[in-house]
Amino acid sequence: MANSVFILASIVAILGLVLVALRFAKGPGAIDRIVALDAMTIIMTSLIVAFALFAGRRIYVDVGLVYGLVSFAGVVALARYLEGGL
Amino acid sequence: MGAIIGAFVSLLGACFFLFSGIGLLRMPDAFNRMQAGTKATTLGSILFLVGIGIMQPAYLGRTLILAAFIALTNPVSSNALARAAHAYRKRLGAKLTCDALAQDQEASHDR
Repeated sequence: MANSVFILASIVAILGLVLVALRFAKGPGAIDRIVALDAMTIIMTSLIVAFALFAGRRIYVDVGLVYGLVSFAGVVALARYLEGGL
Repeated sequence: MGAIIGAFVSLLGACFFLFSGIGLLRMPDAFNRMQAGTKATTLGSILFLVGIGIMQPAYLGRTLILAAFIALTNPVSSNALARAAHAYRKRLGAKLTCDALAQDQEASHDR
């Protein structure tokens, strides 16, 4: 029961990721693409932790933590570049 | 019992991811898309991670750290994105109806 509900939750999250990726592909300006990239990295961080639960390996939670840190730095660097301050 | 509650909390968080995707696709301009893409994913990821922590108590500490990290850093990146969108829009020459950031910048130039 709990496992199938969690599989459904992961499928819904992947569906949201696909919708955000559509905006990333379509977005008319660079800023729309960076907003979509930010949302995509947040969803991917959660999905990496979900994969850690599926695979049963605790170390993947740390992988998700490091991915979140690096993606935050990347989004802030891209935003500063677009603002003209980098 | 705890596993079922955690799975439903995760499902609620995943629904917020889906709403964020729909909002990003349907909102009309970059500032509206930014609101859909950052607020909804913050709440969604916090719910999703806390749900995983309730399902598997061995992961609870790390997922709480990750949720707190996302709750702290996502507003910062959203602020940087909003400033970038403001500068980008000024370069394009489009006008906003109410622009408090430009008024603040003019006031600091005058001083």
